[in-house]
Amino acid sequence: MSATSRIDSATPERSAPAGVPHLDVDPFSTEFFEDPHRIHDVLREAGPVVWLEKWGVYGVARYAEVHAVLNDPLTFCSSRGVGLSDFAKEKPWRPQSIILEADPPAHTRTRAVLSQVLSPTAMKQVREHFTAMAAAKIDELLDRGSFDAVADLAEAYPLSVFPDAMGLKQEGRENLLPYASLVFNAFGPPNQLRQEAIERSAPHQAYVAAQCQRENLAPGGFGACIHARADAGDITAEEAPLLVRSLLSAGLDTTVNGIGAAMYCLARFPDQLARLRSDPTLARNAFEEAIRFESPVQTFFRTTTREVELAGHRIGEGEKVLMFLGAANRDPRRWENPDRYDVTRRTSGHVGFGSGIHMCVGQLLARLEGEVMLAAIARKVASIEISGPVKRRYNNTLRGLESLPITISPA
Amino acid sequence: MPSITFVHPDGRAQRIDASDGESAMQGATRHDVGGILAECGGNAMCATCHVYVDEEWLARLPAMGDDEDALLDGAAAERRANSRLSCQIKLAADLDGLVLNLPDRQL
Repeated sequence: MSATSRIDSATPERSAPAGVPHLDVDPFSTEFFEDPHRIHDVLREAGPVVWLEKWGVYGVARYAEVHAVLNDPLTFCSSRGVGLSDFAKEKPWRPQSIILEADPPAHTRTRAVLSQVLSPTAMKQVREHFTAMAAAKIDELLDRGSFDAVADLAEAYPLSVFPDAMGLKQEGRENLLPYASLVFNAFGPPNQLRQEAIERSAPHQAYVAAQCQRENLAPGGFGACIHARADAGDITAEEAPLLVRSLLSAGLDTTVNGIGAAMYCLARFPDQLARLRSDPTLARNAFEEAIRFESPVQTFFRTTTREVELAGHRIGEGEKVLMFLGAANRDPRRWENPDRYDVTRRTSGHVGFGSGIHMCVGQLLARLEGEVMLAAIARKVASIEISGPVKRRYNNTLRGLESLPITISPA
Repeated sequence: MPSITFVHPDGRAQRIDASDGESAMQGATRHDVGGILAECGGNAMCATCHVYVDEEWLARLPAMGDDEDALLDGAAAERRANSRLSCQIKLAADLDGLVLNLPDRQL
C-alpha cells in the first residue's frame, strides 16, 4: 500500500521520503495487537527511523530515538495532537486537552497543577486506604479461588479506589472505562476501532463532562483539589473542568492495564512470583517491570514543528512521528535480556510512562495501586495458574487483556 | 571524569566514576548503587533519588528548582537542609570528589 492511499482525506497527498526504510506495517491492526513483539523487532532492525506506508507517518522504535523525541517537545510537539489526527488540519473529536495536547509555556502551568494534586505528599495521604482495599480484594478473591483477573481484579481494584479518590458520585461510574477506552482508541487512525468508539461515545462524553463540574465533585478528592487551584489563581475556572477530564481520561484504564499486565506476568513466570513472595518489598519493582515488559500504553504521536534531523534522516515540518514505547522498552540496545520479566531488574529509564515534560503525571498513583496490590499478593497468594482461554482486548493505544481466567491458592 | 562517593546509611562508602554531563542519579543507576531508585528516570517527578549532600559540597551545587523543592517535601525519608534530588545534580569536573549520603529509604 502506498503512502498516498490514506483514507484520511483531510491530509494532503505527499510523496514518501527517500532514504528511510519503508515498511508495510499497520501498528493499529488486529495482527499487530495479537503479537506486537515480532513486528517491534522488525521495526527496530529496519533502522532508527522508518516510514509507515499504511498511514503516511514516520516511526521510531529504538530506545534512543524514542527517548530523544520524548525529550525534545519544542521540535516534536503535542499541541497538534498526540494521535494520528493533526489538529493544524483537522478538528479534534473533543475539545483539545489543555495538558496532554499542549506545549510550553501553556503546558507548564496546567502540568504544575496536576503535579501538585498528585504529588508524593498527596499519595502518602491515600496510601493506607489503598493498601487496606488491596488486601481486602485479595482476601475476597482467595475465597473464590477461580476468577477473571481482568474483570474481578485488574478492573475491580482501581474501580474500588480511584473514583472515590477523585470524589465522583456513585451513579454513572460504569461510563468511566468505556470513556477511557474511547479516548485511547481515538489516538489511533480512522480505523473501525476508532470510528465505532466515537459513534458510541455520546453518553460517556456527557457523563464525564458533568462529573468535571465543581458541584459534582466531593470535597477532599483530587477533582475538588483541581478546582481549588482555580480559587488560588493558578488556573481559570474554565480550565479546571478540563483538567479533571484529563484525570478521568487517563487515570483509570491505564492502571487497569498496568495491574492486568502484572497479573499476566506473574501467572506466566512462576519463578518471579516465588521471588516476589520471598521478598514482598519487591512489589513496587515487580509492578514497574510489568509496565516495561508489557507497556500498557504502546504508542503516542508527536508532530514536527520544523525541519529536523533525527538519526541522520531529515524530517520535514508538520510530519507525524509515531513513538513505539513498547518496542523501546524491549530494545536489546538498552536492556539486557529484554524479553525476560525480572522482578529484580533495575527498571529506571523505561518509557512505559513516557519521559520528559509529558511523562505520565499520574505515575505515582499508578505505582501506588500496583505496589499495594502486588504486595498483598506476595503476602497472601502461594500460586497463580491460568485456568482458561486468555483473550486479548483490542485498542489503538492500550495493550491489555479482555479476559484472564486464573486460579489462586492461599499462602 | 568526576568521581563521586555515595555513603550508605550503614557508613559503607561506594565510589563511582561518572561521566561529564550525566547526573549523579544517572551515575548511581549505571553503577548499580543501591539506595537510588530513580523511578521516574530523571524527570523530577518521583523523589526516589533523594540524597543528603555532604556539607562541604552543598554551596557548590547548582540552585534548587521549584519542582525539586516541592518534591523533596514528599520524600520518604526526613527532609533536611542538605536534601537534594540526585537527578538534578549535573556532574562536571568541578564536582570531582562530591560526597552524597543516602537516606535510609526512598519509598
